[in-house]
Amino acid sequence: MIKCKTSKEIGGMGHSKKRKEDARFIQGKGNYVDDVKLPGMLYMDIVRSPYAYAKIKNIDATKALEIPGVIAVVTGKDLEKYNLHWMPTLMSDTQMVLPTDTVMYQAQEVAAVIATDRYIARDGKEAVMVDYEPMDPVMDPFEALNPDAPVLRSDKEGKTDNHIWNWKVGDKEKTEEIFSNADVVVKQQMHIPRIHVASIETCGCVASYDKVENHLTMYMTTQAPHAIRTVIALVAGHVGLTEEKIRVISPDIGGGFGGKVPVYPGYVIAIAVSFLTGAPIKWIEDRSENLQADSFARDYHITAEMAGTSDGKIQATRFKVLADHGYTDASANPSKFPTGLFSIGTGSYDYGAAYMEADAVYTNKPPGGVAYRCSFRVTEAVHAIERMTDMFARKVGKDPAQLRMENFIKKEDFPWASPTGWSYDSGDYHAGLQKAMDAIGYDDLRKEQLELRKEGKFLGIGISTFTEVVGAGPAQDFDILGIKMFDSAEIRVHPTGKAIARFGTKSQGQGHETTYAQIIAEELGIPMEHIQIEEGDTDTAPYGLGTYASRSTPTAGAAAAMAARKLRDKAKKIAAFLMEVSEEDLDWEPGKFFVKGAPEKSKTIQELIFAAYTNHPPGMEGGFEAVHYYDPPNLTFPSGAYICVAEVDAETCDIKVRRFVAIDDCGNIINPMIVQGQVHGGLTQGIAPAMYEELIYDKAGNILNGTFMDYLVPTAVESPSWETGHTITPAPHHPIGAKGVGESPTVGAPPAIVNAIVDAVSHLGIKHLEIPVTPFKLYKELKAVGYFNETA
Amino acid sequence: MIAENFSYAAPSSIQEAITMLHEYGEDAKILAGGHSLIPMMKLRFASPTHLIDINNIPGLSYIREEDGFLKIGAMTREVDVEDSELIKSKYHLFGDATKLIADPQVRNFGTLGGNLAHGDAANDHPAVMMSLGASVIITGNEGSREVSLDDFFHGFYTTAVEHGEILTEIKIPVAKGRFGSAYHKAERKVGDYATAGVAATLQFDESGVCNRVGLGLTNVSPTPMRVSRAEELLMGSRVSEQDIAAAAKMAAEDCSPSEDLRGNVDYKRHLVKVITKRMLTKALGRAK
Repeated sequence: MIKCKTSKEIGGMGHSKKRKEDARFIQGKGNYVDDVKLPGMLYMDIVRSPYAYAKIKNIDATKALEIPGVIAVVTGKDLEKYNLHWMPTLMSDTQMVLPTDTVMYQAQEVAAVIATDRYIARDGKEAVMVDYEPMDPVMDPFEALNPDAPVLRSDKEGKTDNHIWNWKVGDKEKTEEIFSNADVVVKQQMHIPRIHVASIETCGCVASYDKVENHLTMYMTTQAPHAIRTVIALVAGHVGLTEEKIRVISPDIGGGFGGKVPVYPGYVIAIAVSFLTGAPIKWIEDRSENLQADSFARDYHITAEMAGTSDGKIQATRFKVLADHGYTDASANPSKFPTGLFSIGTGSYDYGAAYMEADAVYTNKPPGGVAYRCSFRVTEAVHAIERMTDMFARKVGKDPAQLRMENFIKKEDFPWASPTGWSYDSGDYHAGLQKAMDAIGYDDLRKEQLELRKEGKFLGIGISTFTEVVGAGPAQDFDILGIKMFDSAEIRVHPTGKAIARFGTKSQGQGHETTYAQIIAEELGIPMEHIQIEEGDTDTAPYGLGTYASRSTPTAGAAAAMAARKLRDKAKKIAAFLMEVSEEDLDWEPGKFFVKGAPEKSKTIQELIFAAYTNHPPGMEGGFEAVHYYDPPNLTFPSGAYICVAEVDAETCDIKVRRFVAIDDCGNIINPMIVQGQVHGGLTQGIAPAMYEELIYDKAGNILNGTFMDYLVPTAVESPSWETGHTITPAPHHPIGAKGVGESPTVGAPPAIVNAIVDAVSHLGIKHLEIPVTPFKLYKELKAVGYFNETA
Repeated sequence: MIAENFSYAAPSSIQEAITMLHEYGEDAKILAGGHSLIPMMKLRFASPTHLIDINNIPGLSYIREEDGFLKIGAMTREVDVEDSELIKSKYHLFGDATKLIADPQVRNFGTLGGNLAHGDAANDHPAVMMSLGASVIITGNEGSREVSLDDFFHGFYTTAVEHGEILTEIKIPVAKGRFGSAYHKAERKVGDYATAGVAATLQFDESGVCNRVGLGLTNVSPTPMRVSRAEELLMGSRVSEQDIAAAAKMAAEDCSPSEDLRGNVDYKRHLVKVITKRMLTKALGRAK
């Protein structure tokens, strides 16, 4: 049980409060972008390329414009007149809004059809005739680096290859020395496949430009409304849209997972058309457009190596990455981190040397590299380290749990300096793994595994003991396009003691309306029911960089606590004034200040707030408001110990997850029920890439699974009954000791599942399996090691 | 995900629907449950100009035994089959199959007649019905005709139903004596089409000799198929473990799957063999 400092009525941290936002969601009363309807609104649909790489010879809109209700067809040539045909990406690369001459991936935007209703727009799209001259695409990132590969970004002056950047971290020489002297080295090439966030709500917007006021209101599916406002001002300032004339409203969002961080061409086209016509323009993607064109995640080819002693001590790791970015680097990373926080990949283990290097390349695939429920490439890193740890354990003949226990960073060694430069703030890895092993009955499972093998049945147990790095981030290192990654909270308390608090973040299902209220309730003693939370309107909320990468609690959550503490300090001054004592004579308990030694002499927070408006001390500002911009001193390092038990059908290769225990340590817990919900959802999104999801392209550049018929998003049926638990190691530098939990399960689950499946068939000679591990893939692997030949 | 323009009519009798089919010509399509047709229209893979909705026509939804046949009305929903006491008591393979068809929302609306008339070898009921030796009643201007399912599927999305005709009933010889049946498909996730599926039906006389057998396969051939060679082997036998193994091997050899995202030919044949063995064993067990 979690100890709570506040009463159930106040509902501060640790209370499993029901989510305040759910009342409207479960009644169908949410307000999403597609619910926005404005007078005179026009609808946009987008013509997309059937080819992965082609010259555009001609776009003929005649037939489309003959359809009654089709108002306009917009092409790249039209946007070029306003210099709006290209836009910058978050990684300072460039991306086409609409092409003027070449398309670079299948489903790329080619032209936009504007019509009086959505159905006519769709018919208009069908009637636009585009004449293409197809070219041979570059689909394989390794081939993209061949000297004779076509140079895809010939638009860039002086570009002679498809290489984007090289990145490295760690001590190369020291690592090499350890590797050359090590008893044991394991090495594995692995692919973390291209996947898609596939949020329930696709992307879309209503761009509404008021010609009279020269003012743009942009309703859009964005996780970072303020950043978007600044980007629009930077891109469109030259046509008069300066930042004070732009209002971005992010209404209710049906799942973001990183996919709603980037600026997609559709948004920009909608703004441009609204700017030119003065009419509101609605654009809503359909499912296939969302899957085929919007930013992908992952797609890292990793060569991972681990060196150690023959008795199982890890000594060094070396990761080499080839990152397939599609035709532009449109990753959503902090600017100084082209591989995101991949360098967390030394994991939870105590060893002194690591070296990591990455190269990024262009191919004819959609752009992206979003942090899909992941703090910027942490998922890729964790997969590599957790797979290698298992391979190393197998090579030295040690139980993978035992080997982990022997190599963990010890609780007393925090803060711990990692070989790649991080300062891990806190953790208790031994306790987490022990708790997971006890919960699942680890030793009994190992016995059962051996018994079942005698009967020809395959059972596997897989472990993942990961360390996350979230809460970007400290201003000295973390910025996006130069804007520091702090975040903000503004609390206004009304005379009757009820409050509204606004934030620069934006919930997409995380439950901010509840958890932020609980943080303020914890600090200020106002019942959480009486604290209204508002996000997503740049005209009213303080500036912040939004919600992704598990950063909201570490940054904005901290800002909420700090702003509330400012108010509590003010309340204390008022209390001292009202009770005619000095501040030093006062003590706080949630909800009131009382005189030390005379608890009957007290003032409730509500009385003190009322006094701030009616009877405040001379010389003090009236009112009861506070703002805080929180710049975190360090990142937070949540961790987890996950154990998966998988059964493999020895004939059909069907894989069933029998049990899955997840012990998370996200520091202090704000709302246990919401944390559990986050973990359930994240684990399901962890089983997805491990067993089901991958965007597949053929050599000609066609996507082979661009609908939900073939892009396999797991459902409740595929999900086991998740068993969750926690250890609590508070973040020492965070005001409320919280670390963030949203993405731990997505990050930690895949290697646990794969380790379990490999473990189930390891006695047949299987050492590694690429994700997603499907029955078909497993069949081929087992056949390759001769298994089915023997049983046939 | 928006279909092309089409007109919509909802007649209240079979005769009226058939008249409309003739009136609108080849570009008209019958709308039953709509769960195959409408997704195809939304993707613009199909663009009928007229939809004739037969949901308002009374008397097309029933499950009953009559004159030695199990008769199922064409508009009977999957969920009605799932819930039918008659089906649950005797024809177990329907229960196996319906719970693997798509999801509850689809089963609440999708119809058995539509599942067959769509003419897709990836659908589950063709194999199920073939293993049961079913035939269908097809109604047109000239009255009704009966077509064995063995002669029903002509090619990809084409069947014995001619333009101007409507599939109205499915007829299956009733189960007699020791009767057992089973269905299973391997699928990538719930609601998927089969990677491979097998429907098995066995019936035995008093002395334990097999006097009725059906083995239908899902999605491993261009049109739905039954494994005649294996059926001949099992007919008149006592269906020993060796017989089942031999039949499973024949099924794997006789099917003609094609490679796709679900698997290659080798894997699909392997699945057909394993699932055939398991379904024949299960049907045998149920026939005790």
